[in-house]
Amino acid sequence: MSWRSIGIVYRKELIDSLRDRRTVISMIVIPVLAMPLLTVGIGYLSVSLIARARREVSRIMVLGGADSPGVVDALRGTEKIELAPESPDFATQLENKQIRAAVEIPPGFEAALKGSDSPTVTIFYYEDETRSDIAVERLNAFFNHLKGATVQQRLVAHDLPPGLAQPFEILSKNAVSPEKLFGNRFGAIIPYFIILLCMTGAMYPAMDLTAGEKERGTMETILCSPVPRTGLVIGKFLMVLTASLATAALALVSMAFSVVVVLQSKGVLDGPEGLRMAVHATSVFGVFAMILPIAMLMSLVMLTISLFAKSFREAQSYLSPMTIVVIFPAIFSMLPGVELNAKTALVPILNTSLVSKEILAGTFHWNYIVLIFASTCVYAALAMVAAVRMFNREEVLFRN
Amino acid sequence: MIETHALGKIFKDKKRGPIRAVDGVTFRCQPGEIYGLLGANGAGKTTTLRMLATILRPTSGTAKVAGFDLLEQPQQVRGHVGFLSTATALYGRLTAQEMVEYFGRLHGMANDVLAKRIDELFGALDMQDFRKRRCDKLSTGMKQKVSIARTLVHDPPVMIFDEPTLGLDVMMARTIVDFIRQCRERGKTVIFSTHVMSEAEKLCDRIGIIHAGVLLAEGTLGQLRERYRQPDLEEIFVHVAEGGK
Repeated sequence: MSWRSIGIVYRKELIDSLRDRRTVISMIVIPVLAMPLLTVGIGYLSVSLIARARREVSRIMVLGGADSPGVVDALRGTEKIELAPESPDFATQLENKQIRAAVEIPPGFEAALKGSDSPTVTIFYYEDETRSDIAVERLNAFFNHLKGATVQQRLVAHDLPPGLAQPFEILSKNAVSPEKLFGNRFGAIIPYFIILLCMTGAMYPAMDLTAGEKERGTMETILCSPVPRTGLVIGKFLMVLTASLATAALALVSMAFSVVVVLQSKGVLDGPEGLRMAVHATSVFGVFAMILPIAMLMSLVMLTISLFAKSFREAQSYLSPMTIVVIFPAIFSMLPGVELNAKTALVPILNTSLVSKEILAGTFHWNYIVLIFASTCVYAALAMVAAVRMFNREEVLFRN
Repeated sequence: MIETHALGKIFKDKKRGPIRAVDGVTFRCQPGEIYGLLGANGAGKTTTLRMLATILRPTSGTAKVAGFDLLEQPQQVRGHVGFLSTATALYGRLTAQEMVEYFGRLHGMANDVLAKRIDELFGALDMQDFRKRRCDKLSTGMKQKVSIARTLVHDPPVMIFDEPTLGLDVMMARTIVDFIRQCRERGKTVIFSTHVMSEAEKLCDRIGIIHAGVLLAEGTLGQLRERYRQPDLEEIFVHVAEGGK
């Protein structure tokens, strides 16, 4: 086996794959166009829709309040609030979204405010409905303001200082670095995305280069060449790995570019209220270095499984459940309390997800990094042995 | 030269148990000779030829191909063999030239030598018009020419043809038959399997009749006629396959 012949096989597989529309779609079109559309696009759309909902006036029904005209008038005069005529079917109107909230003002409310009673104002709303939530927010703001003003009036009436009811203020300030902030917010989801993309990128070429070759009858042709089967496996594996890493890299670059463009256009990145997050280039390279052995492992496993299949369709049915096998440990890493330790460092995919999360937050646990890198390389080497063995099994190569 | 020694192949089948596809096949084919392996479907022709091309590993026995041992030097055997069968398809997304170049490179040919060889082959096989066309856009005849160029690119001394005319029209089958003859004229060792008697009669210098994995009879057409006292190859084949002496 020579590296020259492996290079020849790899080059041919690359040319062949890049001419295949389905590979180009899975390796280039989906990561470059579909991923940003799915992630950033949907995020942008939801932000836009919420902003539009916030610009709208909330239609609110006041239940009762006949003896509290001051409060009702003040509510009517509040910005972005419109009052609907009172009706006993307010719940139906809420369900039909004719009104966004209803507020029940108890009898003698205004009079009670002047005394020392504590009457209850009830707000009825449509739970988890965006426009109803906004209406509740506005009603809360109105009544909180009224509550504050009433407290002040009561203190003045009793000749007490205005600060009496507010003994101290609470100020919360973030004290961690922007890198930590980024790692905490996105550290779990980004490795999950990368691992998933590596898998989707590798899946199609893995099937095409093995089961596809069997189906098209080119497997016997290539087996006639003097290249040893190990060389063929390595050449094909390198192509699948290229597709896997290219898909992940293209998707990440494309998503990062889209996020920056969208946030820049919204002015989110500027000003004091700007997005206080950062990620170091070292962390990005660190994550990619950790992804490399797991991408190798996934490429080899998929190549081996696909090789067993007689046809492309059969390979698809074998590889589809693999998505769950890959997603499960990646999701598990996002659960609270799941931390990097000597045991989790040996579980493939889970270990990469956990360590990548730490790396993105700027923390480099070198002992775990070495352990995870080495153990995943060992798993990948075992997968390579399995792939070569599979490629040497006549009953597998000539199953059809 | 090809020399087989008690070549055997057993396939394991979960339902049917071990299947003896080839059983102790021994024959010899000299350079400049066409050896025809004649047998019905499932007789063991393809398995024998796949073993000679080192695509399958024999369960018993061995063979020497172009002076190299099948079991000990499979890579060298593949480097000295051109294998053509209906199962050896082309890479549809490569052009005719890329397909032939790919195999030339895999055989370790230097770029300048390869370029010269491709020009020579494409000229001889009248393939210049479609050398830049993708293989999946070619007609059956064109594809067959590309396959021939692929098997010849490294100028192997041994050619193995496994039912090369199967499914081809008369004109295309004739081209292939002519090509096999040319191989003999160039002094190559040619082994050719078929179940078409007329082809074997026209082409083969010596014929081996294989049935149920066993080589039952062997000789020139004249020798076989004399031995079995039958007028033509078809009668000889039926006679031998039915156990006649």
